Amino acid sequence: MLAKLFDKYPDLPLRELVVAALVLVALLFVFLSQGNAYSLRMLVEAACYAIIALGLTIQWGYGGQFNAGVMGFVALGGFCAMSFSMPVNTEFWNSDLPGRLGQTFLWGLVGIALVVAVSQVHRLGVPKKLRTILTIILALIVWMVFRSLFDPVTSAIESEVDFVGGLGMPAWIGWLMGGLLAGVVGYFIGHICLGLRSDYLAIATLGIAEIIKAFLKNADWLTRGTATVSPLPWPTPGPGELGFIWARSLYLVITAVMIVAIFYLLQKAYNAPWGRMIRAIRDNEISARAMGKNIEKRRLEVFVFGCVLIGIGGGALTSFNGIFDATGYLPLNHTFLVLVMVILGGPGNNLGTILGALLVYIIWVMSEPLALWIMQLFADLGSGAFGWDAPDNLSSRALQARVFVIGLLIVLVLRYAPKGLMPEKLKHIS
Amino acid sequence: MNELVFFINKALISGAVAGSIYAIGAVGVTLVFSIMRFAHFAHADQMTFGALIVFFLTALFPGAGAALGIPTPLLMLPLAMLATSVLAIGIDKAFYKPLREHGVKPIVIVIASLGVTLMLQGIIRLFAGTSSRSLYIEESKAIFRLDLPGDLASRPLVITEPQILLIVFTILAVFGLHLFLNRTRMGKAMRAMSDNPDLARVSGIDTNKVVMVTWVLAGCLAAAAGTFLSLDVSLSPDLSFFLLLPIFAAAIVGGVGHPYGAIAGGFLVGYAETLSVFNWSVLLRPINHWFPEWMEIPRNLSLVGTEYKIVVPFFILVVVLIWRPTGIFKGKVI
Repeated sequence: MLAKLFDKYPDLPLRELVVAALVLVALLFVFLSQGNAYSLRMLVEAACYAIIALGLTIQWGYGGQFNAGVMGFVALGGFCAMSFSMPVNTEFWNSDLPGRLGQTFLWGLVGIALVVAVSQVHRLGVPKKLRTILTIILALIVWMVFRSLFDPVTSAIESEVDFVGGLGMPAWIGWLMGGLLAGVVGYFIGHICLGLRSDYLAIATLGIAEIIKAFLKNADWLTRGTATVSPLPWPTPGPGELGFIWARSLYLVITAVMIVAIFYLLQKAYNAPWGRMIRAIRDNEISARAMGKNIEKRRLEVFVFGCVLIGIGGGALTSFNGIFDATGYLPLNHTFLVLVMVILGGPGNNLGTILGALLVYIIWVMSEPLALWIMQLFADLGSGAFGWDAPDNLSSRALQARVFVIGLLIVLVLRYAPKGLMPEKLKHIS
Repeated sequence: MNELVFFINKALISGAVAGSIYAIGAVGVTLVFSIMRFAHFAHADQMTFGALIVFFLTALFPGAGAALGIPTPLLMLPLAMLATSVLAIGIDKAFYKPLREHGVKPIVIVIASLGVTLMLQGIIRLFAGTSSRSLYIEESKAIFRLDLPGDLASRPLVITEPQILLIVFTILAVFGLHLFLNRTRMGKAMRAMSDNPDLARVSGIDTNKVVMVTWVLAGCLAAAAGTFLSLDVSLSPDLSFFLLLPIFAAAIVGGVGHPYGAIAGGFLVGYAETLSVFNWSVLLRPINHWFPEWMEIPRNLSLVGTEYKIVVPFFILVVVLIWRPTGIFKGKVI
């Protein structure tokens, strides 16, 4: 029957339909087995992940750039969502601390200006080597002075008013600002690394992600550090007013609208001359350069654009979770899971990425009880057959089994389905 | 003088230890980089794997070393090196070689190596749990306290057995690697392949064999680095993720594909890390009275806090990528 259908409509997107049907069946299974409230929560999280995955598919699928630090940009988005949407901490703003903090930052700016000025003294005839040494020494001194000014202020904030608090704005402003901040950080990283070997970008992004996490974890005055900030306000009425199901449905509508908008814009961009140019650069850099394309600039655009989307998605995800916990950003959950979504769904194929995100996230969430069940089975078998004592921390070990599976999935997909479930469709014009 | 002893203990010796670890790790990474031309992210987990093998063997035969008068983990190290080399070759055969023969871009193999990282981490934690352990099971860590002659200082210089072993091993490894790369046929073949793989192939070099030897070298060095690090601190499965960045920074600083550069880069990164978290105000204390009254020395004069240690290798990496992307020693692979 399927063959007949296919004969009748030769343009029928069979692959897409099969994958979409797969996602639908999985969703149906979750809804039937886990109940509405739980399934809606999972679906909203999957939608946020889809936005993040769209950001990565731009970088990896369109541009061939491998970002190994998605987690960092997600955390930046989450930080902005927290910082903009939390209520204003009046205690902080009524004290003299904002003034002191501002003063410290002003001194910091003065210090930077001083260092920049000294770095230009070679124009006055100072030898270049001497200038370099002078600049480095001055930069070190300025940094130490800034630290000695800055530390008392931050510890005063921590001890007197807990933390600086939020700005009391709607959450969506925080998401957009998160995208902006992620884009700015991405700009600097991309500016340094994109002209070099592609491996360097992976190393640098891996590093910056850990640094962002370390900063957010230890800057207690800004984020309360390990004490975490909660509850984060939602842009929609919360579960307290509408009940879990309606509140989550509303949130889902917002994320779905965001995905549709982003998808529409991406599809437009992909088919526009800009998209063609990006693919030309990815597939054959030399000939693209020979055609007079500015490769460095286009690459930077792609990378920054992807980071912005990752930041926005991270903001939406963190707001939904309702808690900002810097230690909760894990490479496994926020970098490698997204990577699997993209390479399994189809890098460079927006629809494939979205469906891949949904499918992978459903499997990911469902795999937790499954992994535990399998571990329990093995433990029972082991104790039955060899009298072997099962370790007591089965649930944490089941988690490690999932680490292994994600790694295996990445390697297998790269080997056997390098284009993913839904390969990028290349138009051949004869 | 006590302050100077403190400086030697806390900065010079620990910098040398960190530098040796990074140097051994970076040599392995740079060898793989120069032969197969991809950044091998799973290297740090091979370190953990090697240390874990040592741990298991030591737990099985805790008294073996005492019979020979050396620490048991050291006795088990060659076996762990063998196991790690076999693992490295196996991983290559199973995961990287098919991709290489498929003619994919190097960055795809980088992603595959991240997948391998996760697999190794998963397996290691599945079997060993997530808690950290000491490699000294029945023995105790020998600590040498060297008193300075005369009344110069009341504090002794402190150096531990694993630290001495590590530094000695690093010197031997560097010397051995130098001889291997310059004097043996295989070493020359490796250098030829790192210069130009196609030319090496047409001149009759068995590239498969070179690749295998590279993995053996990388595996041995990884096992050694992991073991010495675990001896010095403790064996924890989370070790690897925080080693990746300093090791890659060291390899890139020294010039990728340049083993001597990697050693220099390792020590540079190690010392930079240690010296930036070192509290310099300790050294200023004896000359405190020379400063004018109004200038008070802050109690903490470190460049960065310990919690931001990871920023240091990243900063070095960024500076090198901006200032001289080929590394200090002009690596061959850009």
